[in-house]
Amino acid sequence: MNQKQELEVRRAADRIRLRVLEHTVSQNGGYLSQACSSADLFATLYMRVLKLAKLDKPLMPKKFKAVPGPKQKAVTGARFNGNGSPDCDSFILSPAQYALVLYAALIETGRMDARAMKEYNKDGSSVEMIGAEHSPGMEVTTGSLGQGISQAAGIAFARKVRGDKGRVVVMLSDGECQSGEFWEAVQAASYHDLGNLICFVDVNGFQCDGKMTTVMNLEPFDDRLRAFGARVFRIDGHDVQEIERIAKMRPSKKPTFVLCDTDPTRGLPFLKERYPKFHYVRFLDPKDRERYRGYYEKLAAKGDLTATAAIEAEKAAAEKAAAHAAGKEA
Amino acid sequence: MEILKKVHSRNIVKWAKNKKDVYVLSADLTSSVEADLFRDTYPDRFLSMGIAEQNMLAFAGGMAREGLTPFVHTFAVFIYRRAFDQIAMSVAYPNLPVKMVGFLPGVLTPGGATHQAIEDVAVMRALPNMTILETGDATEVESVLDVAYKVKGPVYIRMLRGEIPRLFDPAEPMQFGKARVLNEEKKPDFVLVSSGICTEEGMRARLALADHGVKITHYHISTLKPFDHPEIMEAIANSKYGCITFENHSIIGGLGSIVAECMAEAGPGKKLYRIGLKDTFVHGASKAYLMKEYGIDAMSMIALVEGVTGKEYGIEEHDLAETYTPAIHSDAKAEAL
Ligand SMILES: Cc1ncc(C[n+]2csc(CCOP(=O)(O)OP(=O)(O)O)c2C)c(N)n1
Repeated sequence: MNQKQELEVRRAADRIRLRVLEHTVSQNGGYLSQACSSADLFATLYMRVLKLAKLDKPLMPKKFKAVPGPKQKAVTGARFNGNGSPDCDSFILSPAQYALVLYAALIETGRMDARAMKEYNKDGSSVEMIGAEHSPGMEVTTGSLGQGISQAAGIAFARKVRGDKGRVVVMLSDGECQSGEFWEAVQAASYHDLGNLICFVDVNGFQCDGKMTTVMNLEPFDDRLRAFGARVFRIDGHDVQEIERIAKMRPSKKPTFVLCDTDPTRGLPFLKERYPKFHYVRFLDPKDRERYRGYYEKLAAKGDLTATAAIEAEKAAAEKAAAHAAGKEA
Repeated sequence: MEILKKVHSRNIVKWAKNKKDVYVLSADLTSSVEADLFRDTYPDRFLSMGIAEQNMLAFAGGMAREGLTPFVHTFAVFIYRRAFDQIAMSVAYPNLPVKMVGFLPGVLTPGGATHQAIEDVAVMRALPNMTILETGDATEVESVLDVAYKVKGPVYIRMLRGEIPRLFDPAEPMQFGKARVLNEEKKPDFVLVSSGICTEEGMRARLALADHGVKITHYHISTLKPFDHPEIMEAIANSKYGCITFENHSIIGGLGSIVAECMAEAGPGKKLYRIGLKDTFVHGASKAYLMKEYGIDAMSMIALVEGVTGKEYGIEEHDLAETYTPAIHSDAKAEAL
């Protein structure tokens, strides 16, 4: 992507963070650090990578009807993505607590009506807190961590047999990769040569109980995956260019894993005070909440978020320093 | 009504103080299952196991073989659904004292089908050697550890957390295998048998119905397995219309099935009416909403009684005694879930 496109993607990512921050303040809690770490990934996937069904206008999610049963067919949120068309990609969100980020991404990329956010976690709504297959953008039910990738691998196998052009793109969180099932899935996907499966893992390094290395160590994650037979890349998960570049590489015979190293406070550095508990942001008291409302209002007034602004400033400073050094040398 | 916060969190610290064999195992939900104070107080007896429940349960089996008493803590659903084979073979078969503390049973979680333990009693009950306990209030949360600890083999507990009411006198702790008699009628119209959070609903419904002359004998069950209650069978035999079971669980395999089996064997010659989830999955929404939608609240019991007696009592929601509904973001819990 060119610079202009890059800026568009990064702006969308910042708006995802901003929207989730707004939601967190208004709802008195939310999965905010997940937005910080994965907004760049979601924006890049939805704007540059995923092959999606064309939409005339943003969709409004339907009310929740009923759980699947004899009188109720199972419905999915795939119409917000590729809608099951052979040429489109399947998108599987495995850590269902990231649904809030997914919803924000759908809104920011023009696929879901912004009013849907008001339905989040409301009784009778399909815009559930822990997204399930009837929720917008969700194609399978994944809230029991570790199961998303197995289902995705099965879908990839079926699509491979059918000769579909579309791939299966999976988004995972790092904590869920502690489960045995995750490794069983990697083993099976590589044994069955599912080259049409590409998994992006948001390696933000934190889970409910805190820093992952203090809960259950997963590193060296990339080497472990390689040993299981996968094609593995480990990148800066905020580098939207790099995410796109790897996503568009020629697939190999083996499933691809992209470990995206990320920062759970990216773009909202005031979150750092919560270290090491980032998993769910809830406010200690009304004052705490008001402080966050203040942060939100400031950022919203600016339009763009700190992420973009800070990166621009960083870049400019680096360039200036380089120019300065070069001048001195000469 | 007295409401208490984080009862288990404080209680297990006090209770385990001099029990050096007691360990807590946790699968990355330590605050959400109120094990954080234990972790901070006895770091050497706390094991972080990561998001890997199958391993956690079989690991606990290994510890128990060597004389330790692991108290496995996580959401109920991730104990029995994720690790059932491990529980069956590494814990239940050798009859090892692994105590499984399962939080957010049934509709208590807004997390949807993936988080709602709606058939845990059914599947755990089918395992030989398994004991099943369920807490219905703060007094039972305070006393369930003692009951579980005294059982020689594996125990599965449906546990409450956060803000919970005290329905029962603290001087009357949970007792193994004993049903609480909450109301007794000589010639009851119905015998109500309830468990967990449905007991509070049942109490509300019973009181409202009593105003209209409906006589109900009410038992609260905290030991779901083993279940041996000739006195309940006798009460059912003496009732006019029969028995109502009331549970936060599927009507298949839970309290309703337990009582059905006993009635079939004891032969009280009366009918059974089961209130619970009617063979359906559930979705993500608030507890109050789901209880109403799926017909497991006090009003649903009143409607059932009206259906059986053929009378209408005109009872409205606001006629019922109040229940306590904690806020979604109560400070008594760490996460959204
Ligand atoms: C099998 C299973 N065990 C436990 C949980 C409860 N749970 C939900 S999110 C979470 C932590 C996830 O950590 P991570 O995957 O790193 O995601 P992040 O912290 O970035 O949200 C846990 C333990 C679950 N949903 N599924």
